Amino acid sequence: MNESFDVAIVGAGPAGISTACILAESGVKTIVLERGEYPGSKNMFGGVLYGHDLAQILPDYVQKGCPVERNIVESRIWYLSEDGGYQLGYRDRAFDDELKFNAFTVGRAKFDRWFADQAAQKGALVICSTVVTDLLRDGSGKVIGVRTDRPEGDLRASVVLLSDGINSPLAAKTGFRPEPKPENVALAVKETIALPEEVIDERFNVGPGQGVTTEILGEVTLGMNGVAFLYTNKASLSVGIGANLADFAARRVKPYEMLERFKAHPMVAPLIKAGKPREYLAHWLPEGGYDAIPQLCGDGFLVAGDSAMLFNAPHREGSNLAMASGRLAAEAIMEALQRGDFSRRGLAGYSARLESSFVIQDLKKYRHFPGFLGRHHEIFTTLPGAAAAAAREMIRVDGVPKRRKQQSILRNLRRRLPLLDWIRLLWDGWRAFR
Amino acid sequence: MSVKVEDKLFLNRFRVDEESHLGLIDYSLCTRECPDQPCLYICPANVYRLEADRISVNYEGCLECGTCRIGCPHFNIEWRFPKGGYGVRHKFG
Repeated sequence: MNESFDVAIVGAGPAGISTACILAESGVKTIVLERGEYPGSKNMFGGVLYGHDLAQILPDYVQKGCPVERNIVESRIWYLSEDGGYQLGYRDRAFDDELKFNAFTVGRAKFDRWFADQAAQKGALVICSTVVTDLLRDGSGKVIGVRTDRPEGDLRASVVLLSDGINSPLAAKTGFRPEPKPENVALAVKETIALPEEVIDERFNVGPGQGVTTEILGEVTLGMNGVAFLYTNKASLSVGIGANLADFAARRVKPYEMLERFKAHPMVAPLIKAGKPREYLAHWLPEGGYDAIPQLCGDGFLVAGDSAMLFNAPHREGSNLAMASGRLAAEAIMEALQRGDFSRRGLAGYSARLESSFVIQDLKKYRHFPGFLGRHHEIFTTLPGAAAAAAREMIRVDGVPKRRKQQSILRNLRRRLPLLDWIRLLWDGWRAFR
Repeated sequence: MSVKVEDKLFLNRFRVDEESHLGLIDYSLCTRECPDQPCLYICPANVYRLEADRISVNYEGCLECGTCRIGCPHFNIEWRFPKGGYGVRHKFG
């Protein structure tokens, strides 16, 4: 590979391909290097993609055959104890009408491949089965290309976009961003469970093509700071659970055992009953929030998507942040190409654009969220059981006057969590979400 | 609850390289200085197993998440991606 490129992109995920689409469309000589056998073969997420950010890159993505699994018409939140739980959901006709494809599920093996094909059709060169093993630098330390694991695999480029995902041995080796600390990532495992399309329609009370997301908190993460999820695909369900990696290490919990327990929960088991597991995957989620964002660009390089730790934990949004950061990176790169300045200063338009976009603004808004969950383990330990006991008591019909029930519930809640801790929880919670 | 991770890994497609992409830098450190041995339970693919007095690395079922690399308290794991095109191959993703 003696050729040189304007831009080399590491990783064919939503961030990298977004950049590639925009650059290639403007005639910028772009190469995408993907370590998997095909784009998506190494990629995994919960399952939800967002139409708004995809449309900003490919306005006609529906006509172009984007492999949508189900269009999300209802979003549910569950708070589970060991034996049951609370549920809250919101469904709206608008999500199947003027807001159609606001959010939809995809499988990454299909979607990323399709998305990379769109970039290739626009003129980007997408090379698979190629691991980027190092960055090439000139005497001053400026990044001038990448080294790959192919024979004679050095490749020069004016700009390198690092969109290689959260788990980056390349970052660990070259230091373009620090290796994440265990407390800044969640480890999630997910099983894809096949069920007939009509069975999913019935169990989730939706029509053909419509889908439901369920985000789940509570005792299912065995006292660890974590989240579980249940997403509907066309003929399968994505069932996953994750927790903070530092918590995993401290509690000696095996991820797959926690997943199996979750699948057996009385609110989950009936939904996946008779389903056939088809795949089992594991991945990290960047959960450090605003304070974990690394330097976003340097001399000759930019960092986008999960690699830049761009993940909105309370809203479980990541793929849209990846696409938006990829798009903004492309804009900044084109600016730099026009000026012929690929230094950190020349690429700084990227950081500025991200700062003024929803990406950084949202992460800033929820800056205190990771600390909130880290400090308030009672959300995952004592509270689910206490909340469950309260509901059980109120619903139970046993001749006891309701005021007496109420008093005993309040007493119990105070016993499980002292008043001062309740105040701390509410205050910190308000600070985390305001 | 006992779960066999092998049953889960069996669902996946792997293109296994003859050469491991994972390795312990110093095998004796694990028994000498690491009483907790978190690699034995944090790995979602149970790659690391205690065999007699030594930890074995069953890289063939690695899901490439990176957990062991940052979870090892002694940073004793040498971690590379499998060669281009090798390793786990997602069907759904």
